[in-house]
Amino acid sequence: MSNKHALVALVTNKPGVLNRIASLFRRRGFNIESIAVGHSEVKGISRVTIVVDGSNAQVEQVRKQFEKEVNVIKVTDVTGDGTVTRELAMIKVKANPENRSEIIQIVDIFRANIVDVSSDSVVIEVTGEEKKIETLYELLRKFGIKEIARTGTIAMTRGNKGAVAEKVKRPKKETGNKKKEE
Amino acid sequence: MKKTGAQIICESLVKEDVEVVFGILGGVLLPLYDTLPQYPQLRHILVAHEQGAAHAAEGYARATGKVGVCIATSGPGATNLVTGIADAYLDSVPMIALTGQVVRSLIGKDAFQEIDITGITLPITKHNYLVTDTASMAETVKEAFYLAGTGRTGPVLIDIPKDVQTGQAEFKYPEKVNLKGYRPTLKGHPAQIKKAVEIIKEAKKPVLLTGRGIIISGAYDELKQLAEAAQIPVITTLLGISGFPESHVLSYGWLGMHGMAYANMAIDDADLIIAVGMRFDDRATGKVSGFAPNAKIIHIDIDPAEIGKNVRVDVPIVGDAKDVLKSLNKIIEVTEHVEWLQQLDEWRRDHPSIAIRETEKMLPQYVVRQIYHATKGDAIIVTGVGQHQMWAAQHYWFDEPNSLITSGGLGTMGFELPAAMGAKVGRPDKTVWCIAGDGGFQMTMQELATIAKEKIGVKIAILNNGFLGMVRQWQELFYEKRYVDTPLSCPDFVKIAEAYCIPGMTVKTKDEVIPAIEKAMATEGPYLLNFMVEPEENVYPMVPPGASLAEVMEEPQREVAK
Repeated sequence: MSNKHALVALVTNKPGVLNRIASLFRRRGFNIESIAVGHSEVKGISRVTIVVDGSNAQVEQVRKQFEKEVNVIKVTDVTGDGTVTRELAMIKVKANPENRSEIIQIVDIFRANIVDVSSDSVVIEVTGEEKKIETLYELLRKFGIKEIARTGTIAMTRGNKGAVAEKVKRPKKETGNKKKEE
Repeated sequence: MKKTGAQIICESLVKEDVEVVFGILGGVLLPLYDTLPQYPQLRHILVAHEQGAAHAAEGYARATGKVGVCIATSGPGATNLVTGIADAYLDSVPMIALTGQVVRSLIGKDAFQEIDITGITLPITKHNYLVTDTASMAETVKEAFYLAGTGRTGPVLIDIPKDVQTGQAEFKYPEKVNLKGYRPTLKGHPAQIKKAVEIIKEAKKPVLLTGRGIIISGAYDELKQLAEAAQIPVITTLLGISGFPESHVLSYGWLGMHGMAYANMAIDDADLIIAVGMRFDDRATGKVSGFAPNAKIIHIDIDPAEIGKNVRVDVPIVGDAKDVLKSLNKIIEVTEHVEWLQQLDEWRRDHPSIAIRETEKMLPQYVVRQIYHATKGDAIIVTGVGQHQMWAAQHYWFDEPNSLITSGGLGTMGFELPAAMGAKVGRPDKTVWCIAGDGGFQMTMQELATIAKEKIGVKIAILNNGFLGMVRQWQELFYEKRYVDTPLSCPDFVKIAEAYCIPGMTVKTKDEVIPAIEKAMATEGPYLLNFMVEPEENVYPMVPPGASLAEVMEEPQREVAK
């Protein structure tokens, strides 16, 4: 059984923040399966989705280490049924007039799109869960894959729960002002 | 009015109540150092090597609880700080490291003495900054001090390009910091505290296991109150020593690889461990799968990431040790554990662990014990790493709060001399003894120059056995006495001290020990004692590497103990 976890992090958009994250995962012995970064709904806060492999306890440990980074505001493990995950891939497949229609059929079944056609190849754009992309990839292999580019998984929880940047935008009352009295 | 970046740095340091900085200047720090004389309230201590600056800042911070500050120039100056920064990181020591950097236009061009110090120190700082404009200088210093000194304290580095120091900006020191991603939890969750109290009530064989967190948060009284109310024995980690008075009836020493056998036995047999401000380091736990096999564990720590990292935890409580213990004390029930304490006393009687055997030889343990007697326990002891460190921790009895300063997590040889220097600067009222090994001492002994110049009255005791002693001990026990490269050829340390105008004495026999220590104490200013101790003495008890605490080895063929 796969132990993949998707961690969604809200981070302040400061120079070097990605370096800090990557360095942290490396030194805590975690291999990042995929990482996707982009703006969140709040200016100055980026949203990072990291997929890692590990037991619940291991992932919880790395989540806490991750959250300790000063530029990291909140990290949520969004693994499970309550989450929508998507990935986008572009696959360049060898194609000729004889097999092109077969490829198009497969693409249609997967609700993917052909975004470029040339005399000897097509570029297919597909969105979905990781499993869907992998299944399509397997089916296309017999035609000959020339290139594949994947974005890595992004994730969002269903309903009201989730990593909402709006909620973390305003700092709560400072609780850390602990000055030594001695 | 506009100020230069260098002035803003100094103004900010003054705002943070910094009284002393340890450092060495260099090309890119000229603007800052040229400005320093405008701020006579900032005492700058020029050290001999940047590693010494970092350890001195650590020693100062550990002795005072305040944030220590060190300064180094770009390139090699900055990289020389790295060991001290790492040491501070692993022992949660609040420290600010200021480094100079080449002018902004040269960054990334492999300029002379350019190094990516923020990249290098990324995994060994709580946070670090490269200041890219003078206008953000004050805010950066404010944030850095806030981060270093709050929550789980630690080192923060600020890298400052030369032209940021010369640039100008309005100076306004921020009142508050605005860090979205940093809000340490100080108060323990009430439900968890209640749960802990329930478990403590049921326990028959509880142990309080306390670390440096007690010292950092100043939770001495709260710990004592809890231990006394619930009659729970207190065992500390190495870094937790002096968080609880060792002469207290409920004190049962410290655990781990060279901890007391009875402490390790107590942990092994306990049915409840209340761990406060400690992180279950492998030198403390022994083989982790064999650690406290019968115990439930309550873990109180300010760093949520420490909970569950090394051992399974039944009741986690995230919070500041002082705050959490205070809340616990409000609802703890007065209990007794007569049988359990009797059992511990029995173990302590049968496995004394810190008895010194009767002999005419000059044992290092004996030297430490005599320092204890001469100071009446009222001194700050600073050690490096190795055998001398273990003997100091075992044979000096620490009753005074925060009276042992030692490199725990990183285990840095050479920490002792500069750290003792920093400690004495921070606590001039206290007697500070630097207990050193002959190996580690040679790694940073150039700081004798600083000690002499600044007239820092550190008393130095070198336990000179002519070996890298702890490694030799491992070679003896686990590598069939093949002493590969552990014998040392030491210089005459007294002559070295003399060259720096520091008085000293070599001590060769046991009957010279007490007069020598008295002479050192009676002499104003620094003094160096070179004790030619028994060369192949081993540290016992010892939990062999990879073994569990229950497999503790005691001193073989124990002669009559005294």
